[in-house]
Amino acid sequence: MPARIQSALDAAGVQAAQIEWLWWVMFWVTAAVFVVVVAALLLAVRRGRSTDAPRPDDRSLLRAVASAVAVTIVILFGLLYASAATGRAIGSRPDDKPLVIQITGQQWWWSIEYLDEAPSQRFTTANELHIPVGRPIVLNLRSPDVIHSFWVPNLHGKMDLIPGRLNTSWLRADTPGIYRGQCAEFCGMQHAHMGFVVVAEPPDAYQRWETAQRQNAPEPTAPQQLRGRGIVERGPCALCHTVRGTQAGGRTAPDLTHFASRSTIAAATAPNTPGYLAGWIANPQHLKPGNRMPATGLNAEDLQAVLAYLETLR
Amino acid sequence: MNPHPVEQVIRTHQPDTRTAAIASTDLAEEHRRLSATWADPRGFVGWFSHVDHKSIGRRFLITAFVWFALGGILAVLMRLQLSRPENHILSPDLYNQIFTMHGTTMMFLFAVPVMLALGIYFVPLMVGARNIAFPRLVAFGYWMFLFAGMFLYGMFLLNIGPDNGWFSYPPLAGPEFGIGKRADVWAQLITFTETSGLVVSTALITTVFKLRAPGMSLNRIPLFVWAELVICFMIVFSMPSVVIASTGLILDRLVGTHFYNQAEGGDPILFQHLFWFFAHPEVYIIFLPAQGMMSMLIETFSQRPVFGYTALVLSLVSTAFIGFGVWVHHMFATGLPQLGQSFFTASSIMIVVPTAVQFYCWIATLWSGRLRLSVPMLYALAFFVVFLIGGLTGVMLAAVPLDLQVHDTFFVVAHFHYVLIGGSVFPLLGALHYWFPKITGRMLSERIGLVALALFFVGFNLTFFPQHILGLMGMPRRVYTYPVEVGWGGLNLLVSIGAGIMALGLLTYFLNVALSLRRGASAAANPWNAPSLEWATSSPPANYNFLPAPTVSGREPLWQSPETQPIVVGLRSDCRDVLVTRLMDAEPDHRKDFPTPTIWPFLAAFTTSVMYVGSIFTPWAVIYGSVPIAVTLVGWAWPREGKRPEELERDVAQGRATPLELVQ
Repeated sequence: MPARIQSALDAAGVQAAQIEWLWWVMFWVTAAVFVVVVAALLLAVRRGRSTDAPRPDDRSLLRAVASAVAVTIVILFGLLYASAATGRAIGSRPDDKPLVIQITGQQWWWSIEYLDEAPSQRFTTANELHIPVGRPIVLNLRSPDVIHSFWVPNLHGKMDLIPGRLNTSWLRADTPGIYRGQCAEFCGMQHAHMGFVVVAEPPDAYQRWETAQRQNAPEPTAPQQLRGRGIVERGPCALCHTVRGTQAGGRTAPDLTHFASRSTIAAATAPNTPGYLAGWIANPQHLKPGNRMPATGLNAEDLQAVLAYLETLR
Repeated sequence: MNPHPVEQVIRTHQPDTRTAAIASTDLAEEHRRLSATWADPRGFVGWFSHVDHKSIGRRFLITAFVWFALGGILAVLMRLQLSRPENHILSPDLYNQIFTMHGTTMMFLFAVPVMLALGIYFVPLMVGARNIAFPRLVAFGYWMFLFAGMFLYGMFLLNIGPDNGWFSYPPLAGPEFGIGKRADVWAQLITFTETSGLVVSTALITTVFKLRAPGMSLNRIPLFVWAELVICFMIVFSMPSVVIASTGLILDRLVGTHFYNQAEGGDPILFQHLFWFFAHPEVYIIFLPAQGMMSMLIETFSQRPVFGYTALVLSLVSTAFIGFGVWVHHMFATGLPQLGQSFFTASSIMIVVPTAVQFYCWIATLWSGRLRLSVPMLYALAFFVVFLIGGLTGVMLAAVPLDLQVHDTFFVVAHFHYVLIGGSVFPLLGALHYWFPKITGRMLSERIGLVALALFFVGFNLTFFPQHILGLMGMPRRVYTYPVEVGWGGLNLLVSIGAGIMALGLLTYFLNVALSLRRGASAAANPWNAPSLEWATSSPPANYNFLPAPTVSGREPLWQSPETQPIVVGLRSDCRDVLVTRLMDAEPDHRKDFPTPTIWPFLAAFTTSVMYVGSIFTPWAVIYGSVPIAVTLVGWAWPREGKRPEELERDVAQGRATPLELVQ
């Protein structure tokens, strides 16, 4: 586990590690330049202040300035090379079988679709990306509304999601852990609350998760849960949300099929606990003002039933 | 080089040149007549009719600082909101308006206009002219600028302030997602500031090219004037790009075109290219005049000619050229082809070289000078430290991989504040401290100035240095709040405290201005023993600027023996007679009767503003609004009583006017 869950300086993947290396190269080189230039400045001020110091002629000043410029150019070429080398290292596509995931950013949440050649093996989730450690991931990035930017600092730099375009990026997590990502391109009212969680786990754990996600939603058993499913299917929820295996098939909001397996709600805005969830469903505009989820108008009893049903969506 | 090329020209044109010395009684009489001729009218209507470049420049400067203060208040509000996680002082809607207003204000209503304001005030003085070229156009530019800010803040108070960021990308700002009139307000504000910026630039370019004192050949122009000239050309070449960008946006929104609508074959990325093709050069438009100020400050306070004049001029010019070739580094995350990105990495790194040349030349000047560490000079020294950090992080941002991590984070916020405040505001405050006696006739207090600088310097670094770390720790820009668990709370609190100290520093600076205006020691003509022409006249300058009209024979006219310097005599004092010189060597070319005060530019600006604002609500405003504009333009262009050059020549021939001549 890295010290910080959303930080470019705690690399947990190959790209972020390369960039972190470049950062430290840049940092030390520029820090040295800073020290040298400020030292030259202070010396110059001291010389200029003293009344008896001999004044150098313009020829020797010209020599000094010209050599300083030459050294600057050499340093800049070095940094240019370091940048290009890092760019090559992170830019080359993986050739061993990558996992292809399609990310659709929209105001203000993330739809995550695991692609597969066999359509039956595809599945969709939202706001929580699970990836196997050590395997390259190819991300297809799209947006149906405005420009967003996909960013998990611990794993890689950002890539924009632009309406009408398909951008691809690839990354590989090397350290298992839970990281946080966030939209990095201003996308409107709730840009600040367009987060997501990345769970990088060992291949076998990932395999278990993937198998579970492919399943339809489990059948509820208790009467209250059944009642809750009825409200979800026939009430306002189904207009926007999908719960696979039920009649709820809306496509404009996050897929809820395995909602209870996710750790956050409202695009990583709050933890997925019964208290937050009840508050969120009862009054979505309080937690995240301006978001697209309307007030549902459920009475207390119905709300309890819906909560009970959502609990079963493991 | 011929030291006095002027004389020959005069002689060939005026075979009957007299060489009488001017007696002091004549000087007093000349002063009285020139003052009457060049005076701006008094009274209510007169107040709107000023065409004196000093009056317009002062108004421009004060207005720009009013918008700066408002933008600063907005910044403090943002820092209050971000001082702790999950804060609820500002709603997301208000926060988004505020950060958009802050950026738009600082970039369009402060940074560029304040540089033009100082150009309007000082370029004519530095080149030894009686007034700026096209003074009525400049007055029009001022009124457009004033109305621009009033429009933006009026809309903000009505809760229709723009809320899509100062860059206003579609589709977020497009017709589908940018609901209401907010994005239209932004687009139309751009139109206002473009109009103002373009007319002022045209006037400044003409002033530098045609109104220089005889003898001020291109290689003797003060470096601040060079910088103003360069940025005016940059404005002329970059602003059309943002004109197209914002006009396309407003057409998409108001009349249903599809420039940026990908569903109909448009492209949202097109907007980004057009916008940044303007907005990156804009950074240099803000930064280069400050470099010019640095050269002037360092020269004066080192008491030696600045080292490497030619290199400094070439640095300014090459920065301007390279500045047009780096815009894509704002778009590295949009998924452009890698080979193309490498080109922009290289150009973004290359632009460091001319700036480095300037740095080293200045250090060489300090090294070999005799320094006086007055407050303006201390601002210049603070510039070195602060801007250096901004420049170095700029090199980092040029590297595509690193940029992908820190792009759109607080690292970038820190970077460009180090560049813009470090690179422009520090020299600007220093230069204002330096020029204050020239503008007002009073010295600023050194002691209060020192306190202001110390507070501003400490506050600035406390505000912006931790933001580098916040950005690397993953904090994106333009978020109205952030969660607790990411651990950004402590540094954000520190940043907010720093912002408070910085604001205190600026308040102290303004306090110093207010106190010194009343009680400051009165200033001599040249209190700093500076070398450039603006110090050759009284503080504050008379409305006609110079008596007698100067000529120059070197780069540092006031440090060269003024007793033997020729002067221009024979310009008429009963009309606004101005000597126009040639582009390269500033040899006298012809005389021009300059425009007199008039209210038409104000009326034209007013009717234009009404049309601009109206067009947000209905396209018909463009049609109907043109009528009153046409009326004011006809009034403006109505033939006036004045003498054409050939009439002046005839006057001279018939003895009604004295011929133009130089007196040794």
